[in-house]
Amino acid sequence: MIHIPDFAHATTVQVIFCFLAFITVITAFLTIFSRNPIHSAIYLVICFFSIAGHYLLLNAQFLAIVHIIVYSGAIMILFLFTIMLMNLNEQRDVHRPRITRLGAIVSFCLIVIVLITIFINSKPIVGEYDSTGEDFQSIKVLGKILLNEYMVPFEFASILLLVAMIGTVLLSKKEKLNK
Amino acid sequence: MDNILNQIGIENYIFLSVVLFCIGIFGVLYRRNAIIVFMSIEIMLNAVNLLFVAFSTYHQDAQGQVFVFFSMAVAAAEVAVGLAILVSIFRNLGSISIDNLKNLKG
Amino acid sequence: MEMDTNLALLLVLTPFLGFLINVFFGKSLGKTVSGIIGTVAVVISFIVTLVLFDQITSTGKAIEVTLFDWIQISNLKINLGFLLDQLSVLWLLFVTGIGSLIHLYSISYMHDDENMHKFFSYLNLFVFFMITLVIGSNLLVLFIGWEGVGLCSYLLIGFWHKNQDYNDAAKKAFIMNRIGDLGLLIGMFILGYTFKTLDYTELKQTILTIHYEPQIAWNVSIAALCLFIGACGKSAQIPLYTWLPDAMAGPTPVSALIHAATMVTAGIFMITRLNFVFDLATDVQTVIAVIGAITSLVAATIGLVQTDIKKVLAYSTVSQLGLMFLALGFGAYEVAVFHVITHAFFKACLFLGSGSVIHGLHGEQDMRKMGGLRKAMPITFWTMLISSLAISGVPFFSGFFSKDEILLTAFHHSIPLYVVGSVASIMTAFYMFRLMFLTFFKEFRGTEEQKHHLHESGSLITIPLIILAILAAFGGLISLPGHSWLNEYLAPLFTKVAGEEHHLGATEYTLMGVAVLGGLLGILIAYIKYFKQDNVPESDENITGLSKVLYNKYYVDEIYDAVFVQPINVLSKFFRDYIETGLSALVFGLGKVANEIAFQGKRLQSGSIGLYLFVFVLGMCAIISYIFLAQ
Repeated sequence: MIHIPDFAHATTVQVIFCFLAFITVITAFLTIFSRNPIHSAIYLVICFFSIAGHYLLLNAQFLAIVHIIVYSGAIMILFLFTIMLMNLNEQRDVHRPRITRLGAIVSFCLIVIVLITIFINSKPIVGEYDSTGEDFQSIKVLGKILLNEYMVPFEFASILLLVAMIGTVLLSKKEKLNK
Repeated sequence: MDNILNQIGIENYIFLSVVLFCIGIFGVLYRRNAIIVFMSIEIMLNAVNLLFVAFSTYHQDAQGQVFVFFSMAVAAAEVAVGLAILVSIFRNLGSISIDNLKNLKG
Repeated sequence: MEMDTNLALLLVLTPFLGFLINVFFGKSLGKTVSGIIGTVAVVISFIVTLVLFDQITSTGKAIEVTLFDWIQISNLKINLGFLLDQLSVLWLLFVTGIGSLIHLYSISYMHDDENMHKFFSYLNLFVFFMITLVIGSNLLVLFIGWEGVGLCSYLLIGFWHKNQDYNDAAKKAFIMNRIGDLGLLIGMFILGYTFKTLDYTELKQTILTIHYEPQIAWNVSIAALCLFIGACGKSAQIPLYTWLPDAMAGPTPVSALIHAATMVTAGIFMITRLNFVFDLATDVQTVIAVIGAITSLVAATIGLVQTDIKKVLAYSTVSQLGLMFLALGFGAYEVAVFHVITHAFFKACLFLGSGSVIHGLHGEQDMRKMGGLRKAMPITFWTMLISSLAISGVPFFSGFFSKDEILLTAFHHSIPLYVVGSVASIMTAFYMFRLMFLTFFKEFRGTEEQKHHLHESGSLITIPLIILAILAAFGGLISLPGHSWLNEYLAPLFTKVAGEEHHLGATEYTLMGVAVLGGLLGILIAYIKYFKQDNVPESDENITGLSKVLYNKYYVDEIYDAVFVQPINVLSKFFRDYIETGLSALVFGLGKVANEIAFQGKRLQSGSIGLYLFVFVLGMCAIISYIFLAQ
């Protein structure tokens, strides 16, 4: 069942979690609601940083760093560049009809209800979590797993990135006029 | 090492993920600016990634984190290609509102 | 054993190879080369046949060759195999022998035709199928050959396909044959169902050993009747004979090979092959004898007044086939086979001779426009005269012995049928000599230009004629009364004691004398009417009375047209105009409904991505709640 944190006797970790979760949700909302795409992008960066914070909290240092590098570093820069390239500003965004907004809100509520009902129905084991004390997520261990067990997918991921790079170059190249 | 979930509880992470995911869906439905739609998709991806990491800790198993690593690689490729497509659409149509993309009309 | 298989395959496949070469390369090889290839292929088969014949006569044992299992169902097993015994080798001898001569003849005869390579490929294909028909070890292999020769017959009748009448004749032959084929097929099914085998040897063994029950006897009778209907179609017996006279539309060598010597005897071959089946069905045997006698008489009467030289020969063929069936009906298979052989000789000779005449007159077939050709074409005249004497039953020619055997057999079994057969024989003698007198004697009645060009045909045409005339003259030696080589040779095939040798007593000599006198009477009447009195058959409009009925073939074609063709046409029109219209409306209606649904569905595809996403999310909700919440 839903476990309501005891704010009076909250531990430091709980306080940090609540803080981070609050920032995540709020910035995610703001990303969607801000008119100016530049603002959206900035809010999204903050959101991603808070998610990285969650990763750190869960002691997944490697992922946290990769997340910051990939999302906040690469993807967001891409977004910002694209936005600036297109010179988008709030005037360009036309208002949506009311029926669309209503539909969006209805389906949002619907999916939240459905997912939460599923979660409540599935009755997860809540309580003591065992800890083997074993190191399972340090960079060293992850590296070994990644380059032994997941060797082939790892190489495929690199090929995928290469192909994506080539595709991107091809797509964004200016079309020749002699066509 | 103490399990962090003893203090926070897996259900809170599930809630957080569900809320983030739904915000992503809401954004996709609500906005018509293709870039914002893209951002919403990224939010959804991150919601799922977060849940993966949480369960990885829950099971004391690194496989979930490996999966997240791959999903990041895919997301990076997807964003690169997607944004390139958006740029060429913008170049051709002068706008990136998804209402202008009517080529799927039967 | 290996040797036999190779020989059999060589025998069958050489004509097929000739067919393939002529079909694919014939045009580029040129006319003469393509003709030589076709002829050589058949000659090789003939040589192989001679080897096999020698082997069989020396050992007296049948050669059985099994190539592979063809069809295997729970209790029915059919091999693709060959059975080379006395009967099939005998048939092969004249199929490939006469086939070779006719191929040789065709090189010259067809030389002016632009599609000569096609002609030879069809002929080779025909020989291939005919050999398959004859040497198959079971009824299904026979059926392959049976259908194949029907196909080749169709192709060759309609060989000059630019003439619509010829095409119609080809179609008529094919359809008539199909009716008979259905009978054959049903007969095969019944035999296979009753005895669980189609193999001749096994069938014979089963039939000879099986315990008789009424049900089985009944099945055998029905099967025999159906098989006889098949034979009727192929061998042009009443009621399926009308295609054979029309089949004369084909080139003359085709008429000689297919419609006189080989294919039309397939029915007799099949009945002889299955003699053990027919011996059990005595009622059916009676039917066969009666139909044979009637056919021979009816065809002979029609032949009396025909003016087209090939039509006369065609009706003569039908009539002679009728006589063979008469013998088959009395269980005298070896007699029928004897007549098949002699008939193949003299009728092939007659057809080739008429071909030579037609060739000499540049395509003229009407006897009223011939006459006096004796001087211009002596070889053709003498060979045809010998064959006419043979077919008329003049003593010591081949036809005399075989026809006499048939009439003797008929006399011993049934006097009325003997009378019918004798009358048909007298008529045969009459119309054959009518043909001879009209064609070769008196003055030439054609145009001056034709007269100017009259000449004897080349050696490629006359050599086959001479060979066939010699055979027609002396072919009777293989089965002399009292000492018959043929009967001894064929004896292993028959379950009954082969041909109770006619004791040559007073009755037999009297009958022989009567037959000879009858033949001579026929010749005499023809002599008086067409030589002494110098009569020429009147032109088409002036024919009256009985001869008009005969000239129009008893109006059988018209009757068939009125009784079968017209009602079917009316029915077809009804189906086309009413039933099909209704069905079409139904089907098109269904199509329209589907089309309408599709058009409505198309509107859903508005192209609005926002709507698509919305529907997508709702669908996702529905699926997730179904999977996780619906239990």
